[in-house]
Amino acid sequence: MSAPIKETAAGPAPRSVDKTPARPGSGRSEGVVLNVFSHGFLALWALLIILPLLWLVLSSFKTDAQIGGSAFGWPHSWSFDVFQRAWNKGIGDYFVNTVIVLVFSVPLTMLFGSMAAYVLARYQFWGNRLLYYFFVAGAMFPVFLALVPLFFMVKRLDMLNTYQGLILVYVAYSMPFTVFFMHAFFRTLPTAVFEASILDGASHTRTFFQVMLPMAKPGLISVGIFNTLGQWNQFILPTVLMQPQSGDDPERYVLTQGLIQLQQQQGYASDLPVLFAGVTIAMIPMLVVYLSFQRQVQAGLTSATLK
Amino acid sequence: MRKGQYRFVAGFLFVPVALYLIFVIWPYIQTFGYSLTDWKGQSQTFKFVGLDNYKALFQDDVFTGAIWHNILFLIFIPVITILLALFFAFMLNVGGRSRAGGVAGVAGSGFYKVVYFFPQVLSLAILAVLFGAVYRSDSGGMLNGFLTKLGLVDPENPVEWLNEPNLVLWALILVVVWHGVGFYLVLFSAAMQSIPRDIYEAALIDGAGRAQSFFRITLPLLWDTVQTAWVYLGIIAMDMFVLVSTMTSGQYGGGPDHHSEVMATVMMRNFLYFGKSGYACAMGVVMLLLTLVLSVFTLRATRRERIEF
Repeated sequence: MSAPIKETAAGPAPRSVDKTPARPGSGRSEGVVLNVFSHGFLALWALLIILPLLWLVLSSFKTDAQIGGSAFGWPHSWSFDVFQRAWNKGIGDYFVNTVIVLVFSVPLTMLFGSMAAYVLARYQFWGNRLLYYFFVAGAMFPVFLALVPLFFMVKRLDMLNTYQGLILVYVAYSMPFTVFFMHAFFRTLPTAVFEASILDGASHTRTFFQVMLPMAKPGLISVGIFNTLGQWNQFILPTVLMQPQSGDDPERYVLTQGLIQLQQQQGYASDLPVLFAGVTIAMIPMLVVYLSFQRQVQAGLTSATLK
Repeated sequence: MRKGQYRFVAGFLFVPVALYLIFVIWPYIQTFGYSLTDWKGQSQTFKFVGLDNYKALFQDDVFTGAIWHNILFLIFIPVITILLALFFAFMLNVGGRSRAGGVAGVAGSGFYKVVYFFPQVLSLAILAVLFGAVYRSDSGGMLNGFLTKLGLVDPENPVEWLNEPNLVLWALILVVVWHGVGFYLVLFSAAMQSIPRDIYEAALIDGAGRAQSFFRITLPLLWDTVQTAWVYLGIIAMDMFVLVSTMTSGQYGGGPDHHSEVMATVMMRNFLYFGKSGYACAMGVVMLLLTLVLSVFTLRATRRERIEF
């Protein structure tokens, strides 16, 4: 703690010749120029984030000719028909598909991930460390490495372009991180509660579900948010695994995949408002989740990286 | 009791381990094997060809070009993102000077954090559509429209951001930076908040300006986090598949004329479009090796003495 202070104490000598350094007043006079500059820059970046998003939402109310004509026209009418059209053009189906997959994949990820992490964190048995590293190692490899054999594996199980196939693959690929994070979390829980529960005659399974899992709730929320966002935004796995396998095999695209599909189609059909409306529809749930759980989302995603 | 415990352990591990083995570990292992064959994917027969795929790989101009593009991303994406994120994090946490002379974030820092982080929750597919529209190659594109208004771009001859060999990579870098700054800002903020306030205040009393507080206090104490961020951004730079394949021209992206090609797009094209599975597996292995080398190198190169506080 003392080292940095010494360094800074030695540093400012030349600058403080004409000023009395310790008074807040000097900080303010130096601050004026810097403040304008830094506030300006902060505000500029905020605009750079907000404006393109607003502009895109606004563009979905325009006509195709208007979009092509000039970037800064104002929509002629505020009709919500375009959202209806986008929903019917596939966004609705993609949305439902994504929800179906996530309704199963996220809880299953959390369940299996916590089960494995719990056993690895709390029980001594032969091969425990090995198994733990085996799970965690998966996080280091790029998913591309597995893509080709994964495709044929899912094909052999006859699960290409099926919900259950994608769900199982999502669960498997979310394992490394979930196990890693929950393992750390279960280790921090007090042993006394666990012992009390066993002494009271609860089975190991019951202790896990009724005592340990509820205690791990904060960890579950963080990992849950992380996995939900990650699986909702996943693009590569569905691109490879969710292609119709024959003429009468229906499309089961997820939202990310569907948007790109729509983008490629609209390029030819020139109905850009529908594409933009589709993006707006896809953005809304994310915006709602983010604004309502803003702290947890930020904490969940960043603690995930740091652990 | 003991026996019951083992049954419990085995029961809890069975499903997770089975899923993980089938869908993650086994495919990873198989990739190494397939990369030594001439497997085309459609037929179930294939021959062992040794290292031929790897030899072909390094004579494949498209793939070697792609490696260079990944390296360019590897240099610029982390540098730009981390610098911006550090600057913003510093301003938002300790850049302000309160009336009493203390140290705090600038006004409105809560609002800025919420806004900056938002792109992080959007999918890359949404980014692709959004920036596809921003970079549109006529005055209907946001960027061209804006620059035309300013008189910097001739409306008759707008910039084709994604079709200009010299611009396309920079256009992509900008998207990644736009997406990532908020995330790393929040990451650095969390680390900065754990730095005791009195260190800054002591520095302030000693007459340190903002720049000095930053370089002498914040950066050294944040080094671990910066290192982590560097590795993560490096992994993103090695990937880039989604943005390149959806924003640039060509089957699985990479256009114009392979000027934005990255390893992942070449691999996916070979696998899904040309059906050269064995060859694609060899690319996967090369990507893995480069990623590992990169991680080890980054951790080594940026290693410093840890400062306890």
